[in-house]
Amino acid sequence: MSTKLARRKLTNTIMMGLATASAALGMAMLAVILLHLVTKGASSLDLAVFLQDTPGPNDLGGLRNAIVGSLIMTVIAMLIGIPIGVLAGTYLAEYGRFSKLSTIIRFVNDILLSAPSIIVGLFVYQLMVVTQGHFSALAGTVALAILVVPIVVRTTEDVLRLVPDTLREAGLAVGVTRWMVIRKVIYTSARAGIITGILLALARISGETAPLLFTALSNNFFSLDLNAPMASLPITIFQFALSPYDNWQALAWSGALLITVAVLALSIAARLLTTKRVKS
Amino acid sequence: MSIAVHQTFPNPAGRKPASGETIFRGLTLAAALIVLATLLGVFVSLFLGAWPALHRYGLGFFVIQAWNPVTEKFGALAPLYGTIVTSIIAMIIAVPVGLGIAIFLTETCPRPLRRPIGIAIELLAGVPSIIYGIWGLFVFAPFMQTTVQPFLIDTLGTVPGIGDFFAGPPYGIGMLTAGLILAIMVLPFIASIAREVFLTVPDMLREAAYGMGMTRWEVNRSIVIPHVRSALVGGTMLALGRALGETMAVTFVIGNAPRIATSILQPGTTISAAIANEFTEATTNLYTSSLIALGLVLFVITFLVLAAAQLMLQRIKRRAGE
Repeated sequence: MSTKLARRKLTNTIMMGLATASAALGMAMLAVILLHLVTKGASSLDLAVFLQDTPGPNDLGGLRNAIVGSLIMTVIAMLIGIPIGVLAGTYLAEYGRFSKLSTIIRFVNDILLSAPSIIVGLFVYQLMVVTQGHFSALAGTVALAILVVPIVVRTTEDVLRLVPDTLREAGLAVGVTRWMVIRKVIYTSARAGIITGILLALARISGETAPLLFTALSNNFFSLDLNAPMASLPITIFQFALSPYDNWQALAWSGALLITVAVLALSIAARLLTTKRVKS
Repeated sequence: MSIAVHQTFPNPAGRKPASGETIFRGLTLAAALIVLATLLGVFVSLFLGAWPALHRYGLGFFVIQAWNPVTEKFGALAPLYGTIVTSIIAMIIAVPVGLGIAIFLTETCPRPLRRPIGIAIELLAGVPSIIYGIWGLFVFAPFMQTTVQPFLIDTLGTVPGIGDFFAGPPYGIGMLTAGLILAIMVLPFIASIAREVFLTVPDMLREAAYGMGMTRWEVNRSIVIPHVRSALVGGTMLALGRALGETMAVTFVIGNAPRIATSILQPGTTISAAIANEFTEATTNLYTSSLIALGLVLFVITFLVLAAAQLMLQRIKRRAGE
């Protein structure tokens, strides 16, 4: 009996030890990746990175056109994606909460949420690049917006459903129309949650590369023209990292550090917002 | 069911609902339909784009290994093989480690540390794919080349039967490296889903098991995991869906060789890596169409995997009383 118990205890110690080791491994991976990013990225990170455009091989330069391009496309994609996402989430949580259509849309939305982003790139290529006959920042923007929508839909629906029905009933009981209840009462009490979803979507598309590869393409020069190819940080990193030139690789690391810092800051901000909501 | 109230009773003023109401309601419905239209649009546009290649090669597209732009012979077999092999490697590693993390976070981890460690693991999921790519190429692949791969070649490579899977020179890049990077990327998904579903297990079940004298590991293995099995399978498939379609990280480290090598240390390619690498270089219509056909294949596979995952995850949600 006692040898069996000893064996069970030993198994327990080993397996729980492995579980702890798994967590340590996960943390270590994050630490190692961040450490390499900081050491390799920070060494060539200076003001020129922000003030000069992408250089030729073995020349001096920065990432200005790529940073500006990324900002423009990301902002416009958010402006397109947020209203669609919030409205669709509102439909799922409010008007169509119990409808058959909503069940289908929820299912489809969850699939789009995890669908490969390169597929979205191919879709927009077919939809816009082929029909217009050229690559454009606008096409890249649409591809990013398509990635924003499912994230915002999902979080919006989830937080709207957390709002107690008594609030809706109270609003309707005093004679306020349904859409005014949604706008004034529901959105107000769910605001932090909706913003969390928006921040998560922003974090997601800030680093997206695949959907831009054959929509926005890239551009070696500074451009603000939405109808022309536009440089972006992720694509520039992709091209420069795979190049044989030292200065390009160094810029790729700087860009990688910039993106990671931005994305992690957004993710943490999104989580802090949720915590506050839960506590209050 | 507050919804019915407004619809059954007329407005107090006896007027028709304000037009703002109709417009707003219409807008939300339109936005919801855009979601549906996007999915249909993806299918239709990929199918139209893939049609020239599918028409030309027929079902042979799926069994031909050749990928030769010069002779315009394209087959999906090599990228399909690479996609599946790298994803399998990723899942073999990520599933046990992810479950381990979840067990640690729900059982052994001191309470004050649970939230920060949970967030740190989730941050791993937030790191963009391109970052894993550049890290994989410049840091991880050299490490594989100098340390891990020579070790595997010397040990497992000499074992009869499985030796062929670990044969050949250490390139650093290759299918194993890509699979390992994918494992790191999907690990947080598995860990956070597993942790969430572990928390849905009623405490009473755990307490009863402990009361019977079970050890912690036995409780988790025999009570907790079986209780949420379908949700775990769903979460795993969700992670698999991500791994199958992951593009940039794989593109950096897979080697982009459109062939099927027995050894997982050899370079290969995946569907998404082939598209990312070759799409802008595709010079002929048939070449472009073949790449879109690859995209269609990938989309159909991930759609099926993700759909199955949804169905399995919904089951636990219903049980949790949502």
